Amino acid sequence: MLDGILLGLSTALQWQNLLYVIAGCFVGTFIGMLPGLGPITAIALMIPITYSIDPSSGMILMAGVYYGAIFGGSTSSILINAPGVAGTVASSFDGYPLAKQGMAGKALAIAAWASFTGGTIGALLLMLAAPTLAKVSLSFQSADYVALMCLGLTAIAAFSNKGTFLKAMMMTVFGLTLSTVGIDPSSGTERFTFGNTDLLDGISFLLIAMSTFALAEALSNVLKPEVKQANSEQPMQIGSIRLSKAEVKEISPAVGRSSILGFIIGVLPGAGATIASFMAYAAERNLAPKALQEKFGKGALRGLAAPESANNAACTGSFVPLLTLGIPGSGTTAIMLGALIAYGIQPGPMLMQDNPDVFWAVIISMYLGNIVLLILNLPLIPYLARVLIMPKAILTMMILFFSLIGVYLVSFNTFDLFMMIGFALVALVLRLLAFPMAPLLLGFILGDMIESNFRRAMMTSDGSLSIFWDKPLTLGIMLLAIVVLAMPLLSFLRLRKAALKQ
Amino acid sequence: MKMISLLKKSVLAAVLAGFCHSALAELHIIIPGGPGGGWDTTARSVGEALMKSGLESRTSFQNMSGGGGGRAIAYMIEIGNKKNDILMVNSTPIVIRALSGAIPFSHRDLTPVANLIADYGAFVVRNDSPLTSWQQVIEQLKVNPSSLKFAGGSARGSMDHLVAAQAIAAAGIPGRNLRYIPYDAGGQAKAGLLSGEVELLSTGLSEALELANGGQARILAMTAEQPVADYPEIPTLQSLGYDMSFTNWRGFFAAPGTAPEQIAAYNDTLQKMLQTPEWETVRARNGWLNLYQGPEEFAAALAEQEQELKQVMLDLGFIRN
Repeated sequence: MLDGILLGLSTALQWQNLLYVIAGCFVGTFIGMLPGLGPITAIALMIPITYSIDPSSGMILMAGVYYGAIFGGSTSSILINAPGVAGTVASSFDGYPLAKQGMAGKALAIAAWASFTGGTIGALLLMLAAPTLAKVSLSFQSADYVALMCLGLTAIAAFSNKGTFLKAMMMTVFGLTLSTVGIDPSSGTERFTFGNTDLLDGISFLLIAMSTFALAEALSNVLKPEVKQANSEQPMQIGSIRLSKAEVKEISPAVGRSSILGFIIGVLPGAGATIASFMAYAAERNLAPKALQEKFGKGALRGLAAPESANNAACTGSFVPLLTLGIPGSGTTAIMLGALIAYGIQPGPMLMQDNPDVFWAVIISMYLGNIVLLILNLPLIPYLARVLIMPKAILTMMILFFSLIGVYLVSFNTFDLFMMIGFALVALVLRLLAFPMAPLLLGFILGDMIESNFRRAMMTSDGSLSIFWDKPLTLGIMLLAIVVLAMPLLSFLRLRKAALKQ
Repeated sequence: MKMISLLKKSVLAAVLAGFCHSALAELHIIIPGGPGGGWDTTARSVGEALMKSGLESRTSFQNMSGGGGGRAIAYMIEIGNKKNDILMVNSTPIVIRALSGAIPFSHRDLTPVANLIADYGAFVVRNDSPLTSWQQVIEQLKVNPSSLKFAGGSARGSMDHLVAAQAIAAAGIPGRNLRYIPYDAGGQAKAGLLSGEVELLSTGLSEALELANGGQARILAMTAEQPVADYPEIPTLQSLGYDMSFTNWRGFFAAPGTAPEQIAAYNDTLQKMLQTPEWETVRARNGWLNLYQGPEEFAAALAEQEQELKQVMLDLGFIRN
């Protein structure tokens, strides 16, 4: 392995490869910051360029765009509540409240440091354990994914504060329902499309996130004149970007845990950065002490640090199945797989022997890339955060503009714009009635996966439910889900018992 | 504010770059799916070969996903007659989706220009699988049709499913008895095969070769009419004595009502392109197999494929007469 690392270092440190790392990170950050636009388009358009350069350089460039976009995506999530990429949707749950409280600088700094740590820990794990992890990822079958998604669904509890549990449940079901629109992934029949071909491919996650968060937020700003008044008297604060020692101490364990959790989820070909960030957020809230739990969703530092480190670690983790098995876990890695094959490089178990330079150079470039991203992003924070100093009226218009354009630039379909407006209006009403929006997104993103994996598990087991407890792995995850579900109930019973005794 | 205006300018530039060059272009290719997919790669590679070989001074592309490819066809029908330089790339799924009624159009609503490349169906097992030949698969299925599960990267009733059903039907096993396990994407179907959830994978030859070259899987059979020159060791179903063949074509269409002279001109350009070294680079890079068919031949092949697939879909109960 030492040979490999040295080979990777010597390849990645060539001046042109250093330039490709910087270029990739720069393009990625920029694409990520623009609401809606993800790395997939940028990488697909970049492919013709990469054919004319060395395979290692090409992969270094594309990987840089990929993790750069997830790094930069948090900026718009935090500042204007509009997710830059799907993987940073969860970052707005606590990042945006922090920005609203005048701590935008701090929130962006936390996002940058958490992303950096997540990416670096991810690269470290990728370097040390890629082949072993690849085997682990292959032990996950459909039933295990179902169990994992059930564990993910227990996060609803984490998204519902006191007294809103029922509302959170209702929103989850709403999300699950929305995920069934389009061509049924198993039987191929159309569902809830009302004969409209624009609904055949289902509704995009980013569209829903953008309309329920960014658009609905902008609209409710218009509806609340008192906010405007308070704002005109004293402009929004950006705050310092320095983190105090106490704050670092508070988020460090969360960052560490989420990086590892995110990486593991990223390694699974059926999950990805978005699911990783949601699960890390939920896990941190469940682990947090009671007093801190109440702060989640209202600007908890951990609530921002967790998804930010998880999504970057997951992005790095997705290179495990790509490089060692030749299996792409997401649309972006599928494009990179295509590029590798076009180079005449066969990803798979033999890659480390046949093309060690590519394998190691990509990994080493990730360390460099994360440092580049940190250097690139930290100094920009004060400038980026000035967005918030703009008059509310202009800022609201800008949010509307960027959100709509962001979704349109992905699909080029005007129907999506109408759908966004519809969702934003529904979300606005639901917000006024104090329904939480995060469970809707959780239900939507997990719904698809639960359904298709459940049906697949049923098909492979000939309809026997025992597939969900026959394998130790499945059983283990299922039991964990039950424990997580039962925990709040148990502590509630204990509290009541104590209260009765008194 | 400075940052914002910079952002705004860049977005504007990006938007303009996306649209404007299409207005100036000599040849504009509509891609009915998103960036990075099979259609996208085909269109952009053809464009690359055309430009690098100097056959076209400019080529531009437009991704138009949605409606299972139906939105792009609707666009061709609506706008195609007004501009004469628009082509659309497409492949076998258009025939299947038209038959199943998922899209309200068929290839007849467009003018076939030419077919360029072919992929074939292939059946793959894990490296450590006890199955060593396609005949063995058939024998085992004859004893117990539900003992083997076939994975595919798309829903029931799509290409991977129909090809596998057709293949076992050619051996006298009713296609309805096939245990087809649908996955959400090709990559996940591969993971399903490697994780041992299913015994076989029904996929395209090019994807099967990726897996086989990686040393993780073996190709038992494929559906070309004749053994492919580049891979003579892979048996075809025909060579094994089963009367079944299937070709996943990838070709180009023009708008309905395009003049025959225009179609001939397109064909002229495409035929010239196929002879260039630039095309050979692109083709080899993607592992594609050339299969040129002119407009008449292409239309006839489409009609024949439609007939065959209709029969399979009737047998499987996806459509009724």
